[in-house]
Amino acid sequence: MVKFNRFTLANGLRVIVHEDNTTPMAVLNILYDVGSRDEDPEQTGFAHLFEHLMFGGSVNIPSYDEPLQRVGGENNAFTSNDITNYYITLPSANLETAFWLESDRMLSLAFNKKSLETQRSVVIEEFKQRYLNQPYGDVWLRLRPMVYKKHPYLWDTIGKNIEHIADAKMEDVKAFFKKHYNPQNAIMVVGGDVKTEQVKQLAEKWFGPIPPGEKYHRDLPQEPEQHEVRRETVTAKVPLNDVYIALQMPGRREKEFYAIELISDILSRGNSSRMYRNLVKDKQLFSEVHAYVFGSLDKGMFVLEGKPIAGVSVEDAEAALWNEVEQLKTTEVPADELTKVQNKTESTMIFSEMSLLDKAMNLAYYELLGDADDLNYETEKFLAVTPAQIKEEANKLFRKDNSSTLIYLAEQE
Amino acid sequence: MIDRKTAPESQAIDNINLIRPEHKALANGCNVFCFNSGDQELVRIEWIFNNLRFNPEKPLLNTAVNTMLNDGTSKLSAAEIADKIDFYGAFLSVDYGFEQSVVTLHSLTKHLKHTLPVIKDILTDSIFPQKELKTYIRNQQQKLQVSLQKNDVVARRTFNKALYGNTIYGLTPVVEDYQNVQRNDMLAHFKQMYQPSNCTLIIAGKIEQQTLDLLTDTFESGWANLSTHADTSQPEIKHAAERFYFVEKPEALQSAIRMGLPFINRTHPDFPAVQVLNTVLGGYFGSRLMNNIREDKGYTYGIGSGISSLKQGGALFIATEVGADVCKAATVEIEKEIALLKTNIIPGDELSLVRNYMLGSLLGSLENVFSHADKFKNLYFSGLDYEYYDRYTEVIKTVTAEELLELANRYLNFDEFYKVIVGKY
Repeated sequence: MVKFNRFTLANGLRVIVHEDNTTPMAVLNILYDVGSRDEDPEQTGFAHLFEHLMFGGSVNIPSYDEPLQRVGGENNAFTSNDITNYYITLPSANLETAFWLESDRMLSLAFNKKSLETQRSVVIEEFKQRYLNQPYGDVWLRLRPMVYKKHPYLWDTIGKNIEHIADAKMEDVKAFFKKHYNPQNAIMVVGGDVKTEQVKQLAEKWFGPIPPGEKYHRDLPQEPEQHEVRRETVTAKVPLNDVYIALQMPGRREKEFYAIELISDILSRGNSSRMYRNLVKDKQLFSEVHAYVFGSLDKGMFVLEGKPIAGVSVEDAEAALWNEVEQLKTTEVPADELTKVQNKTESTMIFSEMSLLDKAMNLAYYELLGDADDLNYETEKFLAVTPAQIKEEANKLFRKDNSSTLIYLAEQE
Repeated sequence: MIDRKTAPESQAIDNINLIRPEHKALANGCNVFCFNSGDQELVRIEWIFNNLRFNPEKPLLNTAVNTMLNDGTSKLSAAEIADKIDFYGAFLSVDYGFEQSVVTLHSLTKHLKHTLPVIKDILTDSIFPQKELKTYIRNQQQKLQVSLQKNDVVARRTFNKALYGNTIYGLTPVVEDYQNVQRNDMLAHFKQMYQPSNCTLIIAGKIEQQTLDLLTDTFESGWANLSTHADTSQPEIKHAAERFYFVEKPEALQSAIRMGLPFINRTHPDFPAVQVLNTVLGGYFGSRLMNNIREDKGYTYGIGSGISSLKQGGALFIATEVGADVCKAATVEIEKEIALLKTNIIPGDELSLVRNYMLGSLLGSLENVFSHADKFKNLYFSGLDYEYYDRYTEVIKTVTAEELLELANRYLNFDEFYKVIVGKY
């Protein structure tokens, strides 16, 4: 149970306070309701590049990191297709420094030219390091545009290509800030060794004077249902063949999400999972197999992946993956097996309460989903899933004409 | 109007309170340390074994035995072990390190009566079935093939080999090495290594007396020592004579750089002070290497330095991946930053920032009871006691810029640096 208090400032900033006196630290987490899905198709990678620029100094404070490190704090941020999330952890005695820093960059950035030049290069190196200079690193650059034809999930957060990042202009940076970075589009969670009254007072002091800005109204092209088989084969400099099958699935807020997440657990969570046991251990077709979901806010992706062992053809490998999911469509999962993955989900939720930062991030994310308190009812929703629902969702999900298959063939030397 | 230009008042960090464990020795010689704290009804239990003396003829034994501990006992198949653990929502992992091999269980307290007997079975009766071994070998070989395509992995391997030679620390298996892992060797290795007198058991979480009793009952009886102790001594490390290694990858977009030198470890009196030096150089986001090579030049997504403390010595290293076209330029800048530490006093402002950052980071690293147990492991396996952290915080607060200059000159001799480049140069 993660307890919290909640209030909203006059300018629209939502604030959640989680008091946890077992730690001498405090966390300040700000989630901005903007991700790469909100980008212009001709300027992709911008939300993530912008996240880097948020560390390039704000209107009154030339350096963001330095004063924070000076009071013993640390920070980082990440960008996804849906959100951009910034967090600070610091000794609770110095909590006000976090308010000072975060409120100033919500007020306005310095829009420093040198920072734009440098971060552009840094992000291009990130692009190379994570996506281009790794075996299979470009998988999402290839697979997303197969699964999505209309929705902006068709590009990865890093962007469609390096050129989009190289071409970013200061005026675009300013416009992006104005559109997305204001109190109405943010959720702040303050947690740890803090008191709600103290947080209220600090929030009013530092964030209260920030103008509300304009509310961003999201109107994204939604992805139509898929009714065709999509596939692509690439020959690449990779050591092993690799099979990816991606299927469209309902978004994170849909009631079907819970059964589908459990399907991925039944298939590949832990050494007792079906795909690991059948395909890696018993039939010895793969050296590794995975099934996982992208819990995106709009239509998501369910992914099956496996690296077949030498001598197993990709056709046989693909057929074996389909065979596993076919079982779920025809036969109800035994009650024991469902209980097993539900137990695992339950204990994962309890273990995540050991981390203050995880709790803060979760509260912010569930508030974005609709209500922070839903975090405390999440386990129940997983426990309520029945074998019949698993079968039903498996039948909707695992259709060949709902699949996008990407095959990597290892280039023969 | 509030003053947004001036930082709010802040406080220095004085005290860091570490939770110390209760110690208990089981009759069979297994040492148990308990960290009792927290509100959640769960525990993390680690069974930690010192690795056996490295045998260059059979380099993969330590890691193969550890990794295959959950692959079957005479009573339970690999599948049954997985079923039992997963059914109770527990997590079982095996982790191989240079010095110790660890079996870790995360479990809700209420399920320990079901999960602990499985661990007991694993630690006393693993049989490494031939069929599972075959699968292990094949899958490890495939994973290794993927790793070897990653420049940073190749750089780390090359660096370790140069620094640590033919020892457990310098182990850099090739695909063929896995073929030589034999089941009989594994069984013998297992019996020698996984005996109670070579085990340190650390439990952290909310621990009631009955939990402790259950743990004691399970691991005190039916788990006996052999007549011979586990030989956990390690051969002496010999550093390579060659200090420069270039692995060319003509199509690389980025080059991995790893450089560094053999270094003092945690037991040395200078260790806390050189940690300060390392932090200034590359130990945090605002470090000199990050400021220069990422934030000023934009050559990389990230660069950092660190000190690895091993039983026998250790290493200071710098690691990064940079644009292939700026690899030379990046190494020149790294050298410059090291030289600066040796010629110029660290400005007072920067040093005070680093002091506060390090203390905050230590405080912040104590997130929950598990982290307190982790701090203890750092001490215990280096043969140190809690006085170390008192001294560590004291040194961070008081070490002078002059002392750091002197230490830089004593320890950062660039001629002794090993340098590895993978990619283009």
